[in-house]
Amino acid sequence: MIAVVDYGVNNLASVVRALAAAGHPATLTADPDIVRKAERVVLPGVGNYGRAAVTLRVTGLGDAVREVAQAGRPLLGICLGQQLFFSESEEAPGAAGLALLPGRVVRFVTPLHVPHVGWSEVRPTPAGERHGLTGPLLGDTGAFFYHVHSFHPSEVPDECILGEADYDGPFPTIVGQGSIVGTQFHPEKSQEAGISLMRRFAEWTP
Amino acid sequence: MLARRIIPCLDVADGRVVKGVHFEGLRDAGDPVEQAARYDREGADELVFLDIAASYELRSTTLAMVGQVAETLFIPFTVGGGIRSVADAGAALRAGADKIAVNTAAVRSPDLVSQLADAYGTQCVVVAVDVRRVQDRWAVMVTGGRESTPLEAIDWITELEHRGAGEILLTSMDRDGTRSGYDLELTAAAARAVDIPIIASGGAGSFAHLAEALEAGAHGVLAASIFHFEQQGIGAARSFLRERGIPVRP
Repeated sequence: MIAVVDYGVNNLASVVRALAAAGHPATLTADPDIVRKAERVVLPGVGNYGRAAVTLRVTGLGDAVREVAQAGRPLLGICLGQQLFFSESEEAPGAAGLALLPGRVVRFVTPLHVPHVGWSEVRPTPAGERHGLTGPLLGDTGAFFYHVHSFHPSEVPDECILGEADYDGPFPTIVGQGSIVGTQFHPEKSQEAGISLMRRFAEWTP
Repeated sequence: MLARRIIPCLDVADGRVVKGVHFEGLRDAGDPVEQAARYDREGADELVFLDIAASYELRSTTLAMVGQVAETLFIPFTVGGGIRSVADAGAALRAGADKIAVNTAAVRSPDLVSQLADAYGTQCVVVAVDVRRVQDRWAVMVTGGRESTPLEAIDWITELEHRGAGEILLTSMDRDGTRSGYDLELTAAAARAVDIPIIASGGAGSFAHLAEALEAGAHGVLAASIFHFEQQGIGAARSFLRERGIPVRP
């Protein structure tokens, strides 16, 4: 069973729909016990890092997600959900993320308009080409995914950066380690490329 | 590389997609849910749904239809028509919209734009600006093009950027439905004036028109007639633009 974690953020229904379109029905849940027992877990999210970090802590959902990761079961973070895999974000100094991946989340520093919104090409890194999920997804040419964000991962070790996109320079947009994968973009809004990512996640053996 | 966007628009009245000329003489163009599913299948980059009969309220029948359309889409989805408050916008977002579009309500109460940006983020806030050439100025029109305002389009767009609009849906009423091409002068002036994306609208009659607007500085092109009636596919439009050297999704 795939659990999609409901922690009071937007865009949950579209994540469940994209998984269903990929042939893998999922359960939307706010119950930490269901998350803890799920075979695979998706942590979606659009919203504020600080508020989301507090919600994950007080509901016990954060601990449940951490247990899933520690058990080596597949865990996918989307946008804010992915950012919460890091320990901290410039969006909410002092707020504690889940600290599942090395690195932190920073604001875009660019003369370009922020947020970065739109379909951006994602290229695999060498680590991404070797990765069981992103390798077959991106091939050696990449694919376009829909991004909407003002913050992005930074100071991530090379081996944990699986895909990069450009917005006044490259930034990590797919990150991961072990059974954890996170995307800065929205696969549920990225049409066939996104549904393909969902399908590969649902069928992935880390 | 950030791809330029091809955006079909569903103008909806009384549960049907309609399309007129200069906002008048509406013709039936099908069922919104079927049309939305078709555009998603063909590879549209986004979809815009405007309830053009709902200048006064966001109706529950519209919200139900927004929900049905959202079920068929795996692309960003903008909903407008009758959104006059943060609560209206919240209702549209809960029904499945990713962004909301405001027009008349933003002119009547510019603070609404800032309130929407604070509540949902600037990326969520599209402001539709309908423009008609009146002598030597670009006049901002409201209430579905029926009413003129003293606002000048480029000044208004600049103010909207400061107030937190995430993008501008810029429609030339003079070109709407004519298939004679976008108002390129207006598009270029708007793109020069602000950093937020300009979506050109009104007048697309051929793929070359799409290319011209993107070359004039638009980040996206909105079109209705050419996709609704001609059965010209989004894929063919994309191939055309790629051959012109415009960055689009594969």
